[in-house]
Amino acid sequence: MSENAATETRHYLCTGCPLGCRLEVEALDDEIVEVRGFSCKRGKTFAYQEFTDPRRSVSTTVSVDGGRWARLPVKTAEPIPKPKVQALCDALHEIRLRAPVKMGDVVMQDALGTGIDVVATRDMPVGDASVVGA
Amino acid sequence: MVTDRFEQLAPAYDVIVVGGGPAGMAAALGARETGAERVLIVDREGEAGGILHQCIHAGFGLHWFGEELTGPEYAQRFFEQVVEHEIDILTDAYVLDAEGDLGVRVMSERYGMRTVAGSAVVLAMGARERTRGAIRIPGQRPAGVMTAGFAQKLVNQAGYMPGKRVAILGSGDIGLIMARRLVLEGAEVVGVYELMAHANGSNRNIVQCLHDFDIPLHLSTTVSRIHGHERVDKVTVAPVGEGYTVLEDQGSDVVCDTVLLSIGLIPENELSRELRLRLDPATGGPVVSGSMETSRDGVFACGNVVHVHDIVDHVSEEAILAGRSAGAYATGQAPKPDNVRLVPGENVRYCVPHTISTEREHVVHMRVTRPFEACTLRLGDVHARPLRYAFPGEMVTVKVRPRILKEFHGDTLKIDVVPREEGMSA
Repeated sequence: MSENAATETRHYLCTGCPLGCRLEVEALDDEIVEVRGFSCKRGKTFAYQEFTDPRRSVSTTVSVDGGRWARLPVKTAEPIPKPKVQALCDALHEIRLRAPVKMGDVVMQDALGTGIDVVATRDMPVGDASVVGA
Repeated sequence: MVTDRFEQLAPAYDVIVVGGGPAGMAAALGARETGAERVLIVDREGEAGGILHQCIHAGFGLHWFGEELTGPEYAQRFFEQVVEHEIDILTDAYVLDAEGDLGVRVMSERYGMRTVAGSAVVLAMGARERTRGAIRIPGQRPAGVMTAGFAQKLVNQAGYMPGKRVAILGSGDIGLIMARRLVLEGAEVVGVYELMAHANGSNRNIVQCLHDFDIPLHLSTTVSRIHGHERVDKVTVAPVGEGYTVLEDQGSDVVCDTVLLSIGLIPENELSRELRLRLDPATGGPVVSGSMETSRDGVFACGNVVHVHDIVDHVSEEAILAGRSAGAYATGQAPKPDNVRLVPGENVRYCVPHTISTEREHVVHMRVTRPFEACTLRLGDVHARPLRYAFPGEMVTVKVRPRILKEFHGDTLKIDVVPREEGMSA
């Protein structure tokens, strides 16, 4: 063990099922030494993932003109690194589309350099969004 | 065909489905499967899909489609099948009354009241959110107090932000999801307050909606008072003692301009009451048979109008069954009636369906009254199955096959969920 080795314990709530195991990851210099508290394999995998590379699927909306609704729901095609979630939503605020849009249409390519696209999650037909739900 | 014009409808339908949400769409598809030629969905919105359109987050479809979808994607996949199967959808119309054999009475802004003829009816009206009135929060009556689902519709579809500083009462999943949603859209969420000592939402939502954004969750705490003249300017939050007594003298004020309520759903049963259907006080929905038929011949029900489901995949499954049964009824192939009554026993709050047949396979859903680790599900004394856990927030599902009822000759089957030791000795 080197002189300035840093041990660290991080805590997670397992999201695998309603049991909600309290997971503990003990790490030395960012290397996982031990994972405790899980009661199945899913918990252990989750703790490793959360410690090494936490990722989130992002669902948000973008502006759309001339559609049935004022907002078009979109999502990242794959989970992106957790620290980029807010920045991605902010970047998507700048986008303004025009109806019609098709489900699966790419709204933003290679979002924030992640290599992951943001896609529309529904068709947005032409309509009058000033009448809510028209 | 999707239309808001009555003159485009067929003169009569085999099956009319009330509500075009996930339950209604699946029911209509089920009806087509069993040979109903003309099937109509009536929806009060401008499009089918129901609540799914505003649930833009992922987490839908894992059971049904084998992949994780967002709400709008789940809705669109069903909608495309509905169109493909030549099911008619009447939009912007509201069903006022229904007669199993005569059809439904429909009101629309454009046409007033009309009757649409049909042979069987499926009720798929869903649920609505409990409001401030349901829990009588004291205080003033300013603008800015709304249900979490309404705020979700404003943000995700209409494009309005409900406020800038938001307090959320109730830790149900919709509330947690809206906490994250509002933060991502630039609002501040001052806290989520939960009356109970445990959170109601899923662990996944606790982690991804609250922990990820450092939003505090205050358990055994409630909003005891709302303040503000025109607009909410603050709320009093107070700890909750034994027997859910609100300890307002220990409360403190939290500045906010919006209060979201995520305090549960109620099956929307005005129409069921109008039809004088037998209702189950535990579910708030109609009593249903193993084929999802209500106490009235030719009237079927499915989805959240029967009982509030945790996941939409289960709604689809139940609704397909209701639709198949309605289709069978309309085309003269109704099955023999059920011969066994299911009764919630120890630690079981309710079970659906309320009756089953020993000759058919059934999927029975139930909700436990309290959390269990390592417990046993017992069906009378004919069947016992170990469960790793059972939580009130997650429906317990069991398949009842004719095989396990072979030796059963009674007419009432009690369902219990008991701690492991007790169950195993049985």
